[in-house]
Order: sequence, then C-alpha cells, then structure tokens
Amino acid sequence: MKKILLGTAVLAFSAGMALAQDVVRMGTEGAYPPYNFINDAGEVDGFEREFGDELCKRAELTCEWVTNEWDSIIPNLVSGNYDTIIAGMSINDERDEVIDFTQDYIPPATSSYVALSEDADLSGVVAAQTSTLQAGYISESGATLLEFATADEIVAALRNGEADAVFFDTDYLAPIVEESAGELIFVGEPVVLGRGTGMGIRESDTELKDKFDAAITSMKADGSLNTLLVKWFGEDTDTY
Amino acid sequence: MFSYCTDPSVLAAPAWFACYLTTGKLMLFYASFGTVLLLLAITAPVALGFGFAGAAAARARFAPLSWLGKLYIAMVRGVPDIVFFLFFVIALDQGLEYLRHKVKCPDWDQPIRQGSDFIVCQAAKLPLSTAPQIWHEIYGFTLAVVTFAIVFGAFAANVLFGAMRAVPHAQLETAEAYGMTHRQIFWRILIPQMWVYALPGLSNLWMVLIKATPLLFLLGVEDIVYWARDLGGAKTARFTDYPHGDWRVWYFLGLLVFYLAFTRLSEIVLDRLMKKLTHGQATMGGEAQRKAA
Repeated sequence: MKKILLGTAVLAFSAGMALAQDVVRMGTEGAYPPYNFINDAGEVDGFEREFGDELCKRAELTCEWVTNEWDSIIPNLVSGNYDTIIAGMSINDERDEVIDFTQDYIPPATSSYVALSEDADLSGVVAAQTSTLQAGYISESGATLLEFATADEIVAALRNGEADAVFFDTDYLAPIVEESAGELIFVGEPVVLGRGTGMGIRESDTELKDKFDAAITSMKADGSLNTLLVKWFGEDTDTY
Repeated sequence: MFSYCTDPSVLAAPAWFACYLTTGKLMLFYASFGTVLLLLAITAPVALGFGFAGAAAARARFAPLSWLGKLYIAMVRGVPDIVFFLFFVIALDQGLEYLRHKVKCPDWDQPIRQGSDFIVCQAAKLPLSTAPQIWHEIYGFTLAVVTFAIVFGAFAANVLFGAMRAVPHAQLETAEAYGMTHRQIFWRILIPQMWVYALPGLSNLWMVLIKATPLLFLLGVEDIVYWARDLGGAKTARFTDYPHGDWRVWYFLGLLVFYLAFTRLSEIVLDRLMKKLTHGQATMGGEAQRKAA
C-alpha cells in the first residue's frame, strides 16, 4: 500500500513537472546598475532585464530571472543552477575556456579610476571587484589590488579611506560620481578592456546559444538594441 | 504602499521612512526572516532525528551498526562546516543526478564529466531544467535542510550518546531485574531519563544552529544576510526612488538585534524546559528542587 501511494505521489509530481513550460533561467548579479539591479519592488531591473526579456520574446522562450553572487556566478552556471549568465560579463579568454559566450551585445566598455582628489596615487591601493577584468588590470598595473565581492563595497572602501582609488566600469561609476556633489571625481584616462559584453552559456548548450545569438542579431539589425543602449547608458554611449 | 508614496523625494523623514520600509524590496527582506525561521523549524527536529538515530546506532550491540554510528559522528564532526556546506551540497546534487541518469538514460554513451561541465541527460536533471524557478528554490532549500541536519545531527548524536551513558546504570539493571526486554529498557527507562543530561549540550547546539543560518547564503538561498547587504549598499537616485548612503551598518545592527533577541528567547524557553525535565531526577538540580518543595 505504501509503495502504491508513493508511486502515485511520484507520478503526480512528475506529471506536474511535464506540464510546466520550458523555462530558461537567466542568471544575473542584481547589484550592478545600470546593467542589472534589484528595483524598489524587489524585481530584477536594468538594461539587461529589458534586453533579456526582449531576447526571450524573440527566441520564443519563457524566461525567469535568478540572482547569484558575482564570485560564484560561473560555477553555478556550470552546475546548472541557471542556464545563462546575463550580468554585464565581458568576454575574455580565461572565461571562454570554462563557458561559451554569445556574440557581444554591448560594445567594449571603458573602465575608469575614481578617487577623492585629483592628485590621488593611482599606483597605491586601488579597489576593484573580485574576478573582474578591472581586478586583473590593476594587479598587472603594479598598484596594490584591494578586492571586494560587490561593486558597492569598492566605492564604500574609497569613501572610508581604505583605498586610494577605485577602478571599475565607467557606466557604473558615472551616476555615483554625479550624485556625490564633488566628493568623488574621475581621475586619469579611461581604459578600454575586454571584447564587449556577452551572455554566458554552458559549453554543452549549443542549441540555446544559437537561439540567443539569432535573437541578438535581429535586435542589432532593427536598431532596437541601440535604442536600449542609449536609454540605459546615455546619449554618448557606443552603439552598433 | 501608501497613497503619498508617489514621489518620495519631497517627503519629510517620517513619511519617507514609512514609504521606504514598505517597498516591495523591503517586503522580501522581511519574508527572508520567515525563510530563516522555517529553516530552523524544519532543521532542528530533523537534526535531532539524525542525532537520535546516530546515537542509537553507536550504542547498538550489533558491531557493524555501532561502527557505522561512530563513523558518522567522528567524520562529520571532524570536517569543517564550510567545506561540508560547499562540497556536500554539490556532491549530493550530482550524486542524485548521476543515479537518475543511470536509471532514466541507460543508452547514453557520452562521458558525464566533460571538462568542468557535469552533464547528465535532460530527463535526469534535478529539478528538470524546464521546471519553474520556484522548484529550483524549493530543491535548494531542501538540500540546505538536509546538509544542516547531517552536520548538526552528528553533534546531536554525540551529545545524546553521552547522555545515554550518563543515565545511572543501576536504573537499567533494576529494569532488567524486573524482566524488561532490551527494547523496553531503551524506550521506557533510558530515553525518558537521558534528556536531562542531553539538554545542556542540545541547547548549545541550538544556539550554534541559529547563528549558522547565514551559511544559507553560501547555498544560494536568499536569506536575511543577503538582503541586508543588498539593501544596505549605497543607492543612487537614478535607479531607486529612495537614494541613500551606505546603510550596511544599520542593517547589520538590525540583524544583530534579531539574533540576540532570538537567542535570548531560546535561552528562556530552554531554561523552563530544563526545570521541567529536572523534576524528580537523581541529579543535583532534581535534588535542589526536591529540597525547595
């Protein structure tokens, strides 16, 4: 009797699963405005939310959004906790060995130094987010690298004097510098890093990658991607 | 939430906070307290169950069972929690998927490990990759409960094992003299009397368990620490109606108060329970109660 009951329960459970539509889970960080962030309503928002939803519509996929820590975003993709990474991730060789990337959907972005004063020591202690291109750049530049798990923490470290400067994505830093009323300023020249931002997909998931590639191509072709880029990153941003 | 919340930038502080504290994001923060309490409510009895089974096994007269119980206690107690949490959850998940893979896709010819990818057939995924996010969350939460239960079960087993040995031997011998079977002695004499010896150790474990819940965060469950960190970070006016500076210290202060209040409450409840269990026992506490009465 018990076995029959258990069997029915398992059947009912798997039937429920089978009825559910195919869902593609979009993994993002949720702490990287304007790329992606959690809005006041507690939902994922930002350029990538709008862009990702449009991609899913064009590729006829049902998408759900999942947030994950930046440090472990690649391992969790590989182990199957979600199906894509859409988190402002720049395409580079090191990451490309572990996962696959779609074509880029944001042109190579610039990174900038921000400090409290014009004469800040850029070869002193510079804060950057862990496992980013910027962190790699700083560790090779000869400055002392101070790593934090989130982008928000690097700015906090600059404000409380732990770091002489921060080095991060210009689009992320710009609104912060703007609203700091002169407390924070851009120093030095912006640097172009990476080969553009792409979606990360498991190497074994070629079918999904092709679908998203096609959707990105169609958004590039009809100019809707450019409209979105200008909406979220401002008039001066690079477009396709 | 409130009608006046449409433009928070013009509000005075009290109204601003009334609006801020009722945004959808803050609601998720409040709900995450529920997640933590739910985890505790499920994990504590399950861990106690693991502990009881472990202790009973460790003192079994059938040697292999006793070895198994002792091995479980020694192994889990000796491995650092964080290793267990990171390694075990992945191992458990991949182990389950591997078994399902063997059953559901017998004619699969590709290797399961391809570089860093762990690839099983679609039907063996757990939960199925087509399942909605909510199933993935439930699955993740369940893995967390099982992991917590195994870790804390081992400590509980050690405590209970010690408590069972602390019950005066004369009690068991008397029961035997009355002609009780081993099973009867275990359930009627040993178990009711051992709790008083076990409780101090178990209450310690409970306190440690409360404080260990932030490890949930490692397992990808969005708990109170995750939200406190996210909410506390500085916010610029472009992306929120409620811009503020770095408020992490206030959020973490809130968590501190929550954990302190919760552990204090637990202490009070455990003290009462201890008084109740001590009643009529041949311990110093029981003796003191008898004299006072």
